[in-house]
Amino acid sequence: MAAELHVEMVAADRNVWSGEATLVVARTTSGDIGVMPGHQPLLGVLESGPVTIRTSDGGTVVAAVHGGFISFADNKLSLLAEIAELADEIDVQRAERALERAKADADAAAERRADVRLRAVAGH
Amino acid sequence: MGAQLRVYKRRIRAITATKKITKAMEMIAASRIVKAQRKVAASMPYATELTRAVTAVATGSNTKHALTTEVEAPTRAAVLLITSDRGLAGGYSSNAIKQADRLTERLRAEGKEVDSYIVGRKGVAYYGFRERKVTDSWTGFTDSPAYADAKRVAAPLIEAIQTETADGGVDELHIVFTEFVSMMTQNAVDGRMLPLSLDQAQEEDGAKGEILPLFEFEPSAEDVLDALLPRYVESRIYNALLQSAASEHAARRRAMKSATDNAGELIKSLSRLANAARQAEITQEISEIVGGASAMADATAGSDK
Repeated sequence: MAAELHVEMVAADRNVWSGEATLVVARTTSGDIGVMPGHQPLLGVLESGPVTIRTSDGGTVVAAVHGGFISFADNKLSLLAEIAELADEIDVQRAERALERAKADADAAAERRADVRLRAVAGH
Repeated sequence: MGAQLRVYKRRIRAITATKKITKAMEMIAASRIVKAQRKVAASMPYATELTRAVTAVATGSNTKHALTTEVEAPTRAAVLLITSDRGLAGGYSSNAIKQADRLTERLRAEGKEVDSYIVGRKGVAYYGFRERKVTDSWTGFTDSPAYADAKRVAAPLIEAIQTETADGGVDELHIVFTEFVSMMTQNAVDGRMLPLSLDQAQEEDGAKGEILPLFEFEPSAEDVLDALLPRYVESRIYNALLQSAASEHAARRRAMKSATDNAGELIKSLSRLANAARQAEITQEISEIVGGASAMADATAGSDK
């Protein structure tokens, strides 16, 4: 059995996902970072972007995370985000509508949120 | 029907209607407590992880951040008071307001100016009536607060603490809310959010004495702390809002339960009075009839002679 790390993805008001994984890729303010079991303790600021989790049974979980933190210690990884959604929870049509609306209103933050959602779904 | 009996009957009817309303409110509040408690529980993982992270940065690096170091002579403090939008919850709002008054007095005695920030219509009304200065206030969401509400409340507070005191900023951030202990016990408590005291943060974490690993910070300890502290404040406020909401429902349930009980008592004693009045009326009628009959009997007996 390959080495595993325990992942907890929590949003402000709920627990989004938790389980065992072999690799977690997330986007920090200074670039993408991949965490594998046994990584050095880490605490980073996340950009809004998709997070990819390779689970220990070979599956892949993709989530859209809007800001937050990644912290890793003792083979436990926590992803803290104010808003986090798994790819299969995202309503594509709604995100597309939101993207168009955001483009029309020139709302950069909303546009980015919608874009991240769509990319998370596409990466699934 | 006699006049007195009619008055009693009318009062019983009115109280029965009131009792129905209070009973309904009691049951609504009882169902909402469970929901509110569930929300408090759901927000816990985020709060715990965040507190852990804050503790890790603050202890694991020798960063001096404005938000973790105490100012030598603090001159101004912000107090966030959480009350309810609606009444009929017993002493819920007034307890929180009293606690805030005590805190304000204590801070004033320490020579600090106090800026008041208020959540909930009851608190706003209390301060408005007394013409006290309120720096900012929010209403309309105390029943079931969302994270976005907490963000809205936190934004001006974070801005105030990041501003220099000379420019109208504050040195300290305090919060007064009602802690939900159990269905029967809710306490109005106050606490200091910022500057952060590490013992307190560790205590909340419930992991006192745990040795935290040496973290690598991405991009840097200062940046991480910069990003973490606003989230920490938001999460603390969110937790306080949720606990207050649960407490409010519990307080309302209790208040409405005693109102229902009192209405029941009142109906009972009024029905007794009404029964007595009815009985008195009947007795009077009988004695009138008997009196009338005997008078008639006497009269006929007299005429026979």
